[in-house]
Amino acid sequence: MSNLKQLATRRAPLCGGHRACAGCSAPNVVRQVLMASADPVVVGSATGCLEVTTTIFPYSAWNVPFVHSAFENAGASVSGIEAAYKSLKKQGKIADEKINFVAFGGDGGTYDIGFQSLSGAMERGHNLLYVCYDNGAYMNTGIQRSSATPRGAMTTTSPVGKVVQGKQQQRKDLTACMVAHEIPYVAQTTPAHWRDLNAKAEYAFSIDGPKFMNVLAPCRLGWGFPMELTMEMCRLAADTCFWPLYEVVDGQYKLTYTPREKKPIEDFLKLQTRFRHLFRPENEHVIAEIQQEVDRKWERLQKLCTL
Amino acid sequence: MGKTRMAKTGNEAMAEAIRQINPDVVAAYPITPATEVMQIFATYVADGLVDTELVPTESEHSAMSAAIGSQIAGARTMTATSSQGLALMYEMLYIAAGLRLPLIMAEVNRALSAPINIHCDHSDTMGGRDAGWIQIFSENSQEAYDNLIQAVRIAEHRDVLLPIMVTTDGFIISHAMEAMEIYNDKDVRDFIGTYKPLQPALDYRKPITVGAIDFVDYYFEHRRAVAQAMTNAKDVILEVGREFGRKFGQEYGFYEAYKLDDAEVAMVCLGSTAGTGKDAIDNLRKRGIKAGLLKLRVFRPFPAEELAARLSGVSQICVLDRSDALAATGGPLFTELLAAMYEDRSEHKIINRIYGLGGRDIKVEEIEELLSAQVSAAAGGKSIDRIAYHGVRE
Repeated sequence: MSNLKQLATRRAPLCGGHRACAGCSAPNVVRQVLMASADPVVVGSATGCLEVTTTIFPYSAWNVPFVHSAFENAGASVSGIEAAYKSLKKQGKIADEKINFVAFGGDGGTYDIGFQSLSGAMERGHNLLYVCYDNGAYMNTGIQRSSATPRGAMTTTSPVGKVVQGKQQQRKDLTACMVAHEIPYVAQTTPAHWRDLNAKAEYAFSIDGPKFMNVLAPCRLGWGFPMELTMEMCRLAADTCFWPLYEVVDGQYKLTYTPREKKPIEDFLKLQTRFRHLFRPENEHVIAEIQQEVDRKWERLQKLCTL
Repeated sequence: MGKTRMAKTGNEAMAEAIRQINPDVVAAYPITPATEVMQIFATYVADGLVDTELVPTESEHSAMSAAIGSQIAGARTMTATSSQGLALMYEMLYIAAGLRLPLIMAEVNRALSAPINIHCDHSDTMGGRDAGWIQIFSENSQEAYDNLIQAVRIAEHRDVLLPIMVTTDGFIISHAMEAMEIYNDKDVRDFIGTYKPLQPALDYRKPITVGAIDFVDYYFEHRRAVAQAMTNAKDVILEVGREFGRKFGQEYGFYEAYKLDDAEVAMVCLGSTAGTGKDAIDNLRKRGIKAGLLKLRVFRPFPAEELAARLSGVSQICVLDRSDALAATGGPLFTELLAAMYEDRSEHKIINRIYGLGGRDIKVEEIEELLSAQVSAAAGGKSIDRIAYHGVRE
């Protein structure tokens, strides 16, 4: 694993001056993932915050090749890039050198509209790393619920009304869906745990085949927290076990972080205005149910890690 | 020039052309009646007859997306589809053209649902007619084969750099066996040449950003450039068609005229119906009716002036449309031909100004200027173009 000093000397793949919000974690995720690659990278991206804030023509924040074509196709698009690389290399039309292929998508572009494209790319076995920066809603279009939005969260399409308050459904466990694809590597992490993220990305780049990383990417606008607390939100997500840090190598589960003390889910929820309504007396049972669900999944994950 | 005469279906002819083109990447998804093209091609890949990486995607949307990724990376890339498959690609068709990617598609024309139907009409291809793809129709297996070979040269020409679809008619051509000539691999490969991408994304030493977001300040200019590429394609299509004729014997243009010179009545159509039509024309001629036929080969770019000129002496024209635009104004070939011929024959003067793409504003005074300029031109003042772009940086 590279140390901080080594990482600091690598040229930033994504430079400053982009138009992401202050406190946005997506650029942190991108930098941390790509700086784990000692080899050249080619990046593909779904439509979303990352793409629109970094490529406003005639400017680009990318110091590496960056390819975007549509919303729902990052998996397929990078499949095609990787297939081109394989073909041209095989024919001697390009130099025989290693290039790492990385696809980035938000949760909308990954859990929802791009799910099929991602699944196909993983099944076909392309040598690429797909990274979902999961901010838990369609933030780019103005905070609409996605299948990654946690239960109870207020979004513009799961508003807090007189009868219905926030999202009624549990979030989809995409990381588990990707494990079910039986690909060589699946991991979940956050940019606040940079050593963890770096080690996972380095491992992903070191092996052949399809790899998937689900990275929590707090959105201060959509979640409603002060912009200086982005990394604190990541730590709370991990310490409450809302977002456990783990990896699955060839089907073998491994926890990569165990909180010293598992914090109550309220600690994570109370700093975010999207959950504010849950603290009304009539909604207390919802918090209890969210806690139950977190506990159930955390226990299951721990069991999976002993198999 | 070595040629082999053999019997092939349209699908076999297209698969043979793709084998000879030997694309770096092919991405596709099965759909009747185009399935067979990829099925045959997959055997070439399995037998090591081509260098192609075959990407068998989980949908046509992903097939076109992977093809776009591959072409951006710097690989010569092809695909094949039909009907609902093409419809599922529509979003990506526009993007392929907007990104100026010379992708090549074998498209087998089939009706669109509902009701679901697997047989031929041109609705699928017509649905993509404004997507920025060059569209070439074929009458038979030979033309499908010849057109696909020419497609490489047309799409990849530096003045064009647009995606291209070569179509056959589902079952009528795709599954019907016909005698045709296959050229030697070497001759085909010499004709198409090697693909030299301008700025391949795989060239990480010169990183480029592809698919950036444009706002009102640049979008119109980029779309204007796509429109110009489509206009440029007209000359390139003719140039490639002539060179193909010199090399392989059969020259190609925008259309084929059959007994049209002295015709008093003419039919205009696309695709396989031209073959049926020629028999009908012969029968009509025997009955003393001066009938003729114009088979349009190139639907995009639409050769409006050339068609109007060629048909100007024909007083009765019957346009056969194998699709309906459902606009309450007839089929797409009819309305476009009507517009092409109107200019010569009408006392009205209709001009076209394309404006406001990508959200660029049009102001009251600009509209006043447009209409004043037209009035002034009509009164013998400064002449104006019939079709022009308003408010774009040229």
